[in-house]
Amino acid sequence: MDVKTIFASIDTHTKGGVEITGKDQASRYLFSNMFEVASNAQPWERIVIAKNLEFTIEVTRAEGISSWYTCAHDETALLMQGATEIHFIKPTDANYIPSDDKEGAVKLANEPAGERMGHIVASRGHLTLMPAGSAYQFRTSSLGVILIQSALGDESIEKWAEICQH
Amino acid sequence: MSTTINNNAHTETSPDPDNGYRKYSIGRFDFERDEYFARIKCPTGTHVVDIENFLRSMMRDVAWGFFYGWVNFDEVIGTVNHYGSVDLYMGTYNNAYREAGTNYEERFDSQNLLACFKSILKDWTNEGFDPFAAPLETGTARGPKNGNNDAAVDFQRELADRFVTLPGDSEMRTNERGFPVNRQFSDVDQEEPEVHPEPGFEGEIASFNLFKYLSRSPVTWNPSIVSIVKNSAYCPTSEEHILPIDHGNDRVEWFIQLSDEISWRVGDKDSGAPRAVVTMKAGDVSCMPADIRHKGFSPKRSMLLVWENLTPGLELRYSSGELPPVPAEF
Repeated sequence: MDVKTIFASIDTHTKGGVEITGKDQASRYLFSNMFEVASNAQPWERIVIAKNLEFTIEVTRAEGISSWYTCAHDETALLMQGATEIHFIKPTDANYIPSDDKEGAVKLANEPAGERMGHIVASRGHLTLMPAGSAYQFRTSSLGVILIQSALGDESIEKWAEICQH
Repeated sequence: MSTTINNNAHTETSPDPDNGYRKYSIGRFDFERDEYFARIKCPTGTHVVDIENFLRSMMRDVAWGFFYGWVNFDEVIGTVNHYGSVDLYMGTYNNAYREAGTNYEERFDSQNLLACFKSILKDWTNEGFDPFAAPLETGTARGPKNGNNDAAVDFQRELADRFVTLPGDSEMRTNERGFPVNRQFSDVDQEEPEVHPEPGFEGEIASFNLFKYLSRSPVTWNPSIVSIVKNSAYCPTSEEHILPIDHGNDRVEWFIQLSDEISWRVGDKDSGAPRAVVTMKAGDVSCMPADIRHKGFSPKRSMLLVWENLTPGLELRYSSGELPPVPAEF
């Protein structure tokens, strides 16, 4: 028998949901679908789809070339749809390096001066480390969806009422 | 509930002359098995469980080091992790037992209870039965004593310190390491990302195919750790058939359905009373609040990203009410 593993996308996803069977409320489960959220997002917005105290998982609609970002701590990017290049620079200008206690990604105004660290070519299912203190940029040629493991920061957008089942 | 810790080790008998299995005791709990059932006795009663379900549940409890919070083997027995000590209970989180006053629990040193459970698993798991495997992929635990399967019960889950494939950290799963592609993920792309470090930055940037990694998981319902961001841990796992235990949360955790579909039956943490059914399809995201228990049903092998917060002491902050059981409100 042929095996069919189902991975979804912006165009193909179907959504499950929460059914209440006792004393509870569907809103407590903060139930959403990452592809639905991405389909309604602006490119490179980071919308929080999961939050656990200061930590987040953010979904971003990958389209074209992103700004440069940096972060004081590690982040990861899991590509759920499409393909992307991720380019890394080790900034030499201290103004481009966030303080150790700064949480979440910081968007940079332009490409920072520094040493090129390399790049990664990733497609669906690939998990990439964005190491602490590096600057990085996503470059895509087609529509993508990326999950970012990070912490609540300046770029994090919370809009639970819009994305979650009530 | 008494918080006195029993520091005594377990005892075990010689093999039963009829069925070949040993009997075990720790505190005032006794464990024995026959060809079909495990039988757990305590001062307030006896509980009988299908032996395969019992071994599957105990396997998770052992492999996870009692996990976060409650590991309900079923609606009657299970453990509560206090991180250094563990409660073993019968009926304590079941309304009928509590109302009848037939619930019973004892608190044990974690290492002693773990040693007891490991001994039970090793003795009661027959050759050909893998308590980590999906039912379609293993033999039976039923019948009289028939060898053992130490390779299966000693399976260690892989826990990355920072990120899989970084030098010195967890490695990618490959054929060479003994991780072939599972039959139900034979269509999963095995292509790895291209990693192009500049000279001097080898080992600083990293990427791997998580879906390939998961397609090669030899076990079910047993999260690994693939990336750590401070105390945020990605714990992906492959799931098939039924999560053998009802996990009661002592903290918030999150599920991100990466492929296929899982239904979660959610109940009240203390009583088990039904609360919700959460059906998750590929791309769905749902939190499990800190005041529930949940059991998953996966009709086809699926990929689930379990997301945990490893901050020490969270269980106390939730149990004291300092933190609400839900991570965001709207």
